[in-house]
Amino acid sequence: MKVPLSWLREHADLPAATAHEIADRLTAAGLKLESITSVGHEIKNIVVGRVLEFKTLEGFKKPIRHCQVEVGEAAPRGIVCGAVNFEAGDLVPVALPGSVLPGGFEIGARKTYGHVSEGMICSEAELGIADSSPGILVLPAGTPIGADVATLLGLRDDVIELEVTPDRGYALSIRGVAREAATAFGVEFRDPAAVDLPEASGEAFPASIADPTACDRFVLREVTGFDPAAQSPLWMRVRLARAGMRPVSLAVDITNYVMLELGQPLHAFDRGRLSGGIVVRRAEPGERLTTLDHVDRELHPEDILITDDSGPIGLAGTMGGKDTEIADDSVDLVIEAAHFSATGTARMSRRHNLVSEASKRFERGVDRELPLVASWRAVSLLAELGGATVSPGVTHAQVDVAPTAIAIPTGHPGAVAGVPYSRETVVHRLEQVGCTVADGVVEGAGEGPHGVDATGTVSTGELTELLRVVGDDMITVVPPSWRPDLTDPNDLAEEVMRLEGYDKLPSVLPPAPAGAGLTEAQRLRRRVGRALAGAGYTEVLAYPFVGARDLDDLLLTDDDARRRAVRLTNPLSEDEPFMRTTLLPGLFKTAVRNVGRGFGDVALFETGLVYRPREDAPDRAPVLRVDRRPTEDELAAVAAALPDQPLRVAVVLTGEFERSGWWGKGRAAGWADAVEAARAVAREAGAELSVQADQHAPWHPGRCAALYVGDTLVGHAGELHPRVVEAYGLPPRACAMELELTRLERLHTGPVQARRVSAYPVATQDVALIVPDWTSVADVETALRDGAGELLESVRLFDVYTGAQVGEGNKSLAYTLRFRAPDRTLTVEETTAARDAAVAVAAERLGAHLRGV
Amino acid sequence: MSNYDPVEVTPLHADEVARMLTEALEAVAAARDLDALKQARLAHAGDRSPIALANREIGALPPAARAEAGKRVGGARKAIAEALSARQAELEAQRDARVLIEEAVDVTLPWDRRPAGARHPLTTLQERIADAFVAMGYEVAEGPELEGEWFNFDALNIAPDHPARSEHDTFFVGSRDSGMVLRTQTSPVQVRAMLSRPLPCYVISPGKVFRTDELDATHTPVFHQVEGLAVDKGLTMAHLKGTLDAFAASMFGEGITTRFRPNYFPFTEPSAEMDLRCFVCRGASAVPGNPPCRTCKSEGWIEWGGCGMINPRVLVSCGIDPREYSGFAFGMGIERTLMFRHNAEDMRDMVEGDVRFTLPFGMEV
Repeated sequence: MKVPLSWLREHADLPAATAHEIADRLTAAGLKLESITSVGHEIKNIVVGRVLEFKTLEGFKKPIRHCQVEVGEAAPRGIVCGAVNFEAGDLVPVALPGSVLPGGFEIGARKTYGHVSEGMICSEAELGIADSSPGILVLPAGTPIGADVATLLGLRDDVIELEVTPDRGYALSIRGVAREAATAFGVEFRDPAAVDLPEASGEAFPASIADPTACDRFVLREVTGFDPAAQSPLWMRVRLARAGMRPVSLAVDITNYVMLELGQPLHAFDRGRLSGGIVVRRAEPGERLTTLDHVDRELHPEDILITDDSGPIGLAGTMGGKDTEIADDSVDLVIEAAHFSATGTARMSRRHNLVSEASKRFERGVDRELPLVASWRAVSLLAELGGATVSPGVTHAQVDVAPTAIAIPTGHPGAVAGVPYSRETVVHRLEQVGCTVADGVVEGAGEGPHGVDATGTVSTGELTELLRVVGDDMITVVPPSWRPDLTDPNDLAEEVMRLEGYDKLPSVLPPAPAGAGLTEAQRLRRRVGRALAGAGYTEVLAYPFVGARDLDDLLLTDDDARRRAVRLTNPLSEDEPFMRTTLLPGLFKTAVRNVGRGFGDVALFETGLVYRPREDAPDRAPVLRVDRRPTEDELAAVAAALPDQPLRVAVVLTGEFERSGWWGKGRAAGWADAVEAARAVAREAGAELSVQADQHAPWHPGRCAALYVGDTLVGHAGELHPRVVEAYGLPPRACAMELELTRLERLHTGPVQARRVSAYPVATQDVALIVPDWTSVADVETALRDGAGELLESVRLFDVYTGAQVGEGNKSLAYTLRFRAPDRTLTVEETTAARDAAVAVAAERLGAHLRGV
Repeated sequence: MSNYDPVEVTPLHADEVARMLTEALEAVAAARDLDALKQARLAHAGDRSPIALANREIGALPPAARAEAGKRVGGARKAIAEALSARQAELEAQRDARVLIEEAVDVTLPWDRRPAGARHPLTTLQERIADAFVAMGYEVAEGPELEGEWFNFDALNIAPDHPARSEHDTFFVGSRDSGMVLRTQTSPVQVRAMLSRPLPCYVISPGKVFRTDELDATHTPVFHQVEGLAVDKGLTMAHLKGTLDAFAASMFGEGITTRFRPNYFPFTEPSAEMDLRCFVCRGASAVPGNPPCRTCKSEGWIEWGGCGMINPRVLVSCGIDPREYSGFAFGMGIERTLMFRHNAEDMRDMVEGDVRFTLPFGMEV
C-alpha cells in the first residue's frame, strides 16, 4: 500500500514528524515499511503562466509553437513548445530558466527550432504526476498567474509504501493507515467514512443476493446525466498517481479514489448496458464471461458472479465484464459497493490468475459496513466533479449478520505477553482498534449468523469451547466491522500487545527443561560427517531432483527399485521431475562441476534423504480435520501414503586420492578407497562391514562390493561402470560408495565393552596360502579366523602374488598371524598348532594350501 | 742364583719409549676422522703396535730393570689410550654435528598428499544451532521431507485457500490432490512433535525445505530452516523474546541488537518478526541523508525469522488443550543466517557444491 503523507495527514493530526519517524511507528504497529519515496522536493521555480499568443513555426517535422507567456513578471517570456493542446489564453505550468523538474532535471534558456526558449511549458509527465502525457498540462481557469505550481498541485510529498499482511485488509486504505498512525502518535483520527448519509427514497437499480455464502451485502446507487467528457481534477490525479494507480477517466478515477480512501472496492456499470435486475450468484455450468481485460473466461461453478438478464456481467470483487463497462459516452451510471466472501474472491482470483486491486482487498477482508458510505461518496463525487445528478434511491440487498463477540478476562493479553497490562490499558487499546467492550460475558453475543467467511475463521461447537478463555474480570469484546480477522482471544491479545509496543515486552528465558540431548542417530550423523571430511571428502548438498535420464545413465535395469520414484506435480524443470532414489546422480554432477572448474582430484560426500515409494502405498494421503487431534488410524493413513525416506550417505571420488608431489607419484582414487569410505562410516556406527563381490549398477561389474553388516545389506562401493562414467562425463575410473545410514542407525549396540589387555608377548606366524584366484580374500580371512581360535590376536594380509610360481589360475596370499594368550607366554608348539588349525580350515573351505608345501 | 746375562733391550730405552709416545700422540692428533683414528689406534695402541711389542719385552729384562721399564711403558700406553679416547669423543661430536647438519631438510616443503575435506557450512550451522538449543534443554526433532499436506498446512491453521498452498509456492507430489507435498517449512515437525511427545515439549528441528523458487543469488528451491517449538504451562511472548535473544547472541555475538515487530502467520497468534540490526550499516542507512545500504536495503534492520505464540487452534489440532498449555514457535532460514554470520553473499555458492566454497569452513562453523 502506497500512502502519500499529505493524504494521510488529512485524516490524522500527525505531528511534524519525518516520513521515517511516521513509518517507524507504523512498522512497530505491524505495518512494515517497504520504502519511502520522496517526491517533488527538488522541484524549483515552476510557476503558473498564461499563454498570451503563439506563432506556429513552419518547416519542422511536427508543428512547433513559439509562445509568449505571461508569468507574473514585467515582460512575457518567449517559450518554444512542441504541444498543440492549448489555446491562447490558457493557463499552463512554466518551468522558468533555472528551474528544476522532478528527478532533478534543470531547465535553462536554450536555443531550439531557431528561437531562444526561456523555459518550458510542462506536461503532467514532466511534473512527475503521470507516466506519460499526450500534451502539456492546461490548468483550470482562475489559477493565479505566477503562483508556485509545486505548492498549488501538491507536488511535494512523501509516499510511504507499507507491507500489509494478509489479515489486515483494512490497512489497504488511507482510512485504515490513518487510524493506525493516529493511534501510534496518540492524536485525533478523522474517519472519512463517518458521514451522515441522507435518507434514501426508494430503490435504485434492482438487485438481489441469490447465494448468501457468496455475498452478504450488495448496494447499488445511480447517477444520471454524468458528463463523460469531464476531466478528473488534478489533485485527484496526483493522489492516484502517488498511490500507484494510473488515472483513467473521471468515473473510473472516482471509484479508485474512493477505494484508496476507504478501502471499499467499487464498480461502475453503464446503466444503459444493463438488462433486468442484478443477481449475485455462483456460476452455472458452461457459462463464460469476457472481462475488462478482454479475456474470455470459462467460469467455474464456485465463481461468484454479478449477473443480469443477459447472464454474467462481472466476476464479483475481482473484475467487471467488458460488455457493461462504462465507456466514453456513458451518462447514466450504476455504482456497486458490496461485501463478498473473502475466500470466495481469493479462490476466484487464483483460479483465473487474476489479481486486481479489488480482489486484493476482498480476500483480505473489507469492512462490511462500508458499501452504503462508499457508494454515497462515489456518487457525490460524480455529481460534484462530473455534473451528474444523484438518484434518490438506494438498492440495499443484505443478509443479517451478527457481529463476532469474544469474551476474555482482562488479564488475558498480559498472560499471553508475559507482562501485566492494566484493565484500563486493555480496554483502551481495544477501543482504539475500534472494538466495543462490555463488562462481563454478554450472553448470546456473537452467536448469530456470521455472514460470508472473512479472513478469520469463526469456530463452532467443541472448538469454541476449547478456544474459550475464562478467568476473573471478564469482558466481552465486539471487534469493529473492519477487523474480521479478530475472532479469537489471542487475536485481541495481539492487538493490545502491538499497540502497547512489542519493544516493551520483557526478554525472559524460560526455565530450562531437562532435555535428553542428541539421540544416538543424531550423534552418529555428526560423526559420519566428521569422519568423511577427515578422510578427505568435502560435503555437498545437491538438489534431490532427478530426471529419467539420470536413472538411465546409472544403467538401472527397468525393474530396478530405484526407478520407482516420486514424481512432482509441478517440477521446476520437466527434465528433472522425480525425487531422487539414490544420492549418486547429484554427487556425480557436482563432481563433474568441480572437475570442470579445474579440480580434477575431487572427493565429495553427501548425507541426505532418498525417497522410495512403497509398492503397495495408496496414492493419496487424506487431509484430516483440524478441530481435534486426529485419530491414530487417520495418522496411520497419512503415514501409509508417504514414501519411505531413509537417510543415506554417499561418496564419489576421482583423480588422485593421494596427490603426486615433490615426494613422488601419488595414488589414483580406486575402488578400495570407496570401500574404505564405507568402512569409515560403519566404524562410526560401531559396526564392522563385511564385503562381498556383487554386480550392481552403476558400479563396474567386476569392481563392485556389496557391503553388509551381519546379514543386512547396507550399501555398495567400488569403481563405477565405464559407461556410467562416460554418461555423466566423469573422469575415467571414478569411484563411488553409497550406503543407508538408517540401517546402520538401527544397529546401534550400546556402549563398547572394554577388553582386558594382555601383557604377555606376542607370537607371530606368517603363512602363504595358494588359492584359486577367484577366491574372495574376505572368505580366506574368515576361514583363518575361524580356524585359529581364541589365541589369534590379528590377521593381516601383507602380500598378494600371482605368477608362474603359484601356477596358472592361482594366487598366493601372504598373511601374518599374531597370537597371544591373556595369561601366559605361548609356546612355539601352541602357536604352530593354532596356525595349522587356521590353515586347515582355509584348506577345507576354500581348497587353500600352503605355498611351498 | 743363575748366572744372568743382562741383555740390552733397545725398545725399552727411555728415549725409544718417549719416541713411540710422541709418534702415537702425533698420529692421534693428526686423525681427521673416526676412520683415521681407528687406523691410528691400530698402529699405536693395537697388539702389533710398537708400544705393545715393547711391553712384551719387559719380561726379558733383568728383574731389577723390569719395574722401571714397566712403569715407563705403562705410562706411555696410558697416555696414548687417553689421547685416543679424548680424540674419539672429539671426532664423534664433530661427526654427530655434521650428520645433523647434513640431514637437515627444508621444512617449508608443502605436504598436501592427503588433503582434508570439509563439512558443508549449512550442515554445521544447523548443528551449531541445535547445540545452542540443546544447551537450553531442547531436543532435536525430525520428520519427513516429503510430507502430508495436513501436516504442512492444515494442522498449522493454513486454510485450504491460502496462497502458500498454490503451485506457485509449493511442490506437490503425484497428482495435485494427492495430499502430499515437499514440506515448505520445518513446521510440520512441530506438529509431529506435539502429536508424539509428552508435555512439556521443547524441540528444535533444523532441516531441508522446498519452495518453487528459481535459483538466484537470494533464492533457492531447496533450502534449510530451523524451527523451534516450546509447549508448556505459562509460556509467554516474553519467554519467546528471551529465547530468541539468547539464540541471536549465540549466533552473532552478545552485541547483537534485535527487534520484535508485529507480523502475521496463520500458525501463531500473536505473531512477530524477529529483526536484527543491520550488520553492515548498523542502522545508519535508515537515517535520511546517509549513504544507502545494500544489505538491509537502507531499512536499518534485516528480517531473521518469524515467530509467535502457537495459535491455540494449532494446539487443538495436535490434541493439546490450549486452556492448560501455551507455547511458542519460531523459524529462521539457515541460508540467511549463514549469509549474515559468514558474509556469504550468493546462495548459489551454497548449492553448487564447489569445494572452494566449502573447504574453508572445515569441520565446524
